[in-house]
Amino acid sequence: MKLSMNWLSERFGAPLAPEAWAERFTLAGLECELLPASSDTRLDGVVVGHITGVAAHPEADKLRVCTVDDGSGSSRQIVCGADNAREGMAAPLALPGSRMPDGRAIEATELRGVASAGMLCSAAELGLAESSKGLLELDLDAPAGQPLAEWLGLDDTVIEFELTPDRGDCLSVLGVAREAAALEGQQLPVGPAPTDIPEDGAIDARTVAIEAPALCPVYWGRRIHGVDATRRSPDWLRERLRRSGLRSVSLVVDITNYVMLELGQPLHAFNDAALCGTVCVRRAEQGETLRLLNDENYTLDHGELVIADDDGAVALAGVMGGQRAEMRADSGVVFLESACFLPEAVAGTGRRHKLHSDAVHRYERGVDPALARRALDRATALILELAGGTAGAAVMAEGDSVKAHPVTLRRQRLDDMLGVTVAGERVRRILESLGMTVREATEGWEVVAPSWRYDIAREVDLVEEVARVIGYDEIGASDYAAQIAPRALPEGRRSDSELRAQLVARGFSEVVSYSFVEGGLDAALRPDAARIPVDNPIAEPYDTMRSTLWSSLLPVVRHNVSRQQRRLRIFEIAHVFEAAPGVHPDVRERECLAGAMLGRARPEHWDERDGAVDFFDLKGELQAIAPQMTVEAARHPALHPGRCAQLLREGEMLGWMGQIHPQLAARVDVPESLLLFELDLAVLRPRTLPWQPQVPEYPSSRRDLSLVVAEDVRCADLLATAHEAAPTFLRDIVVFDVYQGAGLENGCKAMALGLIFQDYSRTLTDERVDEATQGIVEAARRQWGARIRG
Amino acid sequence: MQDEVEALLEAARRDIAQAPDTAAVEQLRVALLGKKGSLTALLKQLGGLPADERKQMGERINRAKQEAQAALTARREALETAEAEARLEAERIDVTLPGRGEPLGAAHPISRTIARMEAIFGQLGFSTETGPEIEDDHHNFEALNIPPAHPARAMQDTFYVRGGEYLLRTHTSPVQVRTMRDRAPPIRIICPGRVYRVDLDRTHSPMFHQVEGLYVAEKVSFRQLQHDLKQFLALFFEKEVEVRFRPSYFPFTEPSAEVDIRGERGWMEVLGCGLVHPNVFEAVGIDPERYSGYAFGIGVERFAMLRYGVDDLRQFFANDQRFLDSFGAAA
Repeated sequence: MKLSMNWLSERFGAPLAPEAWAERFTLAGLECELLPASSDTRLDGVVVGHITGVAAHPEADKLRVCTVDDGSGSSRQIVCGADNAREGMAAPLALPGSRMPDGRAIEATELRGVASAGMLCSAAELGLAESSKGLLELDLDAPAGQPLAEWLGLDDTVIEFELTPDRGDCLSVLGVAREAAALEGQQLPVGPAPTDIPEDGAIDARTVAIEAPALCPVYWGRRIHGVDATRRSPDWLRERLRRSGLRSVSLVVDITNYVMLELGQPLHAFNDAALCGTVCVRRAEQGETLRLLNDENYTLDHGELVIADDDGAVALAGVMGGQRAEMRADSGVVFLESACFLPEAVAGTGRRHKLHSDAVHRYERGVDPALARRALDRATALILELAGGTAGAAVMAEGDSVKAHPVTLRRQRLDDMLGVTVAGERVRRILESLGMTVREATEGWEVVAPSWRYDIAREVDLVEEVARVIGYDEIGASDYAAQIAPRALPEGRRSDSELRAQLVARGFSEVVSYSFVEGGLDAALRPDAARIPVDNPIAEPYDTMRSTLWSSLLPVVRHNVSRQQRRLRIFEIAHVFEAAPGVHPDVRERECLAGAMLGRARPEHWDERDGAVDFFDLKGELQAIAPQMTVEAARHPALHPGRCAQLLREGEMLGWMGQIHPQLAARVDVPESLLLFELDLAVLRPRTLPWQPQVPEYPSSRRDLSLVVAEDVRCADLLATAHEAAPTFLRDIVVFDVYQGAGLENGCKAMALGLIFQDYSRTLTDERVDEATQGIVEAARRQWGARIRG
Repeated sequence: MQDEVEALLEAARRDIAQAPDTAAVEQLRVALLGKKGSLTALLKQLGGLPADERKQMGERINRAKQEAQAALTARREALETAEAEARLEAERIDVTLPGRGEPLGAAHPISRTIARMEAIFGQLGFSTETGPEIEDDHHNFEALNIPPAHPARAMQDTFYVRGGEYLLRTHTSPVQVRTMRDRAPPIRIICPGRVYRVDLDRTHSPMFHQVEGLYVAEKVSFRQLQHDLKQFLALFFEKEVEVRFRPSYFPFTEPSAEVDIRGERGWMEVLGCGLVHPNVFEAVGIDPERYSGYAFGIGVERFAMLRYGVDDLRQFFANDQRFLDSFGAAA
């Protein structure tokens, strides 16, 4: 909400210095900033001009030659292209030597052979509007020759508030001035008593009724006859609206907007001729339709609050007027509405129908029910003054009244919550300056909030009021002994930060990507997952919660590959999501660690092989961070069928690793050599703590042997046989070579094994080691047809 | 014979000095002092000499042997030193060639910032709690005193899933709710994690990170809140920063404050905080008469941007390797 600082000062009763008050308001919880009243608030050399004659331009159809009274006593000739230039009109006149806000210099010149001693200006040219058509029309009583800035009062500052939703009471000049007074420790005088409106008893009052008393505490209305709706809003009114960011629409609408800005009460003016019978506040009937001022039809299915007459709804209460009773230029009789609709009556409606207006904004936050009559009279007085006419009697219907309940503020509680003691007298003065009724009570004070404060319901609301008025800075800060229940991370569970550090140490970089992904890609990666789509995605590629982190890692790979990044080692730690129908909650989140490797196995180096990373590079990395992991050949739809493995840890499903399936690689546009892994952190995290670690005292023995087996014999099976056949002092088997080719028959391979024996209780003799080795060879022969390579 | 000894020694000195390597020195030793060596041979001839001459000559030959031995040893040691030096010289490498191996990767700046916050808050006695990202209305809104008509609940602000039955948490406050419900005060925790809001532009991301904090105990005051956050800010930025608390509004705290720090371009909003609203305590079953508390919410991205001079929020989620590398080992 933007307001003129001059207007605020006028209502406050004393000048409010903009900078100082912007800071005070901000530190009292009304966030604001200052803007100039227009892009050039001086407009040197621009004066009020009166057009006294208009003649055709001899050479140009679109130009006219105007005679303009500049207040100097003699007239000047100005060539002008504006359509609305006419005799008897007042408009801004830029004299030669002046400059427009955009820097353009105005000189005496000739336009198509006719002399022009200056320029008549539009609002946009003067920086008073974003865009405008024709000359800016000024009031006829604007004195010719008076500097325009002076006439329009441009020596002003605009203060723009960004108010929190609890402070709807500050959405007006009155509200802000009241707040300023409270910060000064005073109460704002109520202001001049409402003008005594001369009511004409001859005008039939329209009857009003409230059928939804819980949503509308009060409804005021008044007929005004003989209104000239075609009259122009005066400059002062237009300027104040402009500084609040509102455009002039028509005189009556401008007046309702003006009173809304002044007092905070939204008003609506109906074309009375279009109304029929009683004006009634009621809930919409199921399926009732209403065409609003924005030319759209609305179907009301949720019992929205409407204003209706005998023929049906004519307005969506507190939101927008209907088209049927829209004010027109020829509307001679106005029915003016000033009502209080409660926040719950308006908030849902505005959002459901995506209608936002200044009225919705205020009603959603709460409008003071005590304002309705005052605003009705204020608007009536302005209409009578500016548009003419005769007022009928004000009519009123009452709903359930909004009762302010007393709230107790305890002295001790206030001190405890703030951490400092505020003098009782000061507390009382603060609350009273905010319009509260304060009564001393045994433990503190009993407080009744004013009708404009919807946000005071509990003690803590009063604590906040005291805190913000004395200022958070004054409350201060002090050290204290915190009450802590210390908690240590369980050592038997590896933390994210530990895993992250290990991966970073192994050359992996961490990525952080959106949890929502393109559903189609996620489906290609995990066809079996019960995906969770986002009901209202921000964009198409983010329409589904990922069921695998690969759904976002693949786009990250593509992004980097397309930017010449040929070697990648990345990982992400995040949640994946799946629906779990039939259980509660029926969504399942798992923490996962996933990653990708691409490009050279080792960084480019003058003394390193040039090999690309392969399955076993990745397997080595995973074995390092996931000890006790076992690897089973298996199939995964996203992975190369021959280079894919399922990972297990103590019988539990740890995850998957492998090379991307070439078809998928082509589809996603990433290299076929890409390696992927994903591990379930719930399975990866647990670990057993080291217990009584043994350092052998006796030497170990090693026997190397090369076994020839059929090429389809799997390493893991051969090793398992060896371990089964071996005595307990076989500690480890190293696979140090796998050979196929010359010297071996087709379909065979030689696997070179290093058997490492270690007895913790004594030195091994050659006989025992040889015997154990022989046993292993024999078992391998029986089980896998292995023979020792000669 | 005297002359013969002198000549022999003279020749030996010359030969030893010229011996090109330790093998040649050894050969000379054998030729002079070995069983069949020339000096040894002279010693054997002593028997043919008269007794007085024999003693004199014997002493002379022994002295010559010692001299030869000394010359041999000196020559061998000199040669050994030279050979060792030559070998080391031959083994010289260009130490300026690049080293071998895998450089360190990098933690993402968001994790890095969260880790730093965890470390600082850990020092202040806060432990870390986490929770699910898909939440229900109760934990994300209702228990936090956010009324059903509150604008934050609208589709334009919150992502919903499963026909509105669940939502993507809009803050990590649901973790606070769960912790307060499951545990008795004192509670002093931070809740880092991903949060989601319907917003996408240069300064807003539909997914971002928060570190929220909560302290619930007896007589927790606004003064304590201001103290702890000022201390955190000074520790995080490693300098005293000018901090301003200004009144604001959140449904779950009262009094509430936005915290600004003074930057090059004036005040900058960095976090929100306040005393826990009694309605929140009631929703989780904590007696607001006995306990009070404070809560705060920090936008991690904002702090990472300030800390590392990142000016476009989107860079954090583009995951360009060159951006990530900036946070690598050297940094």
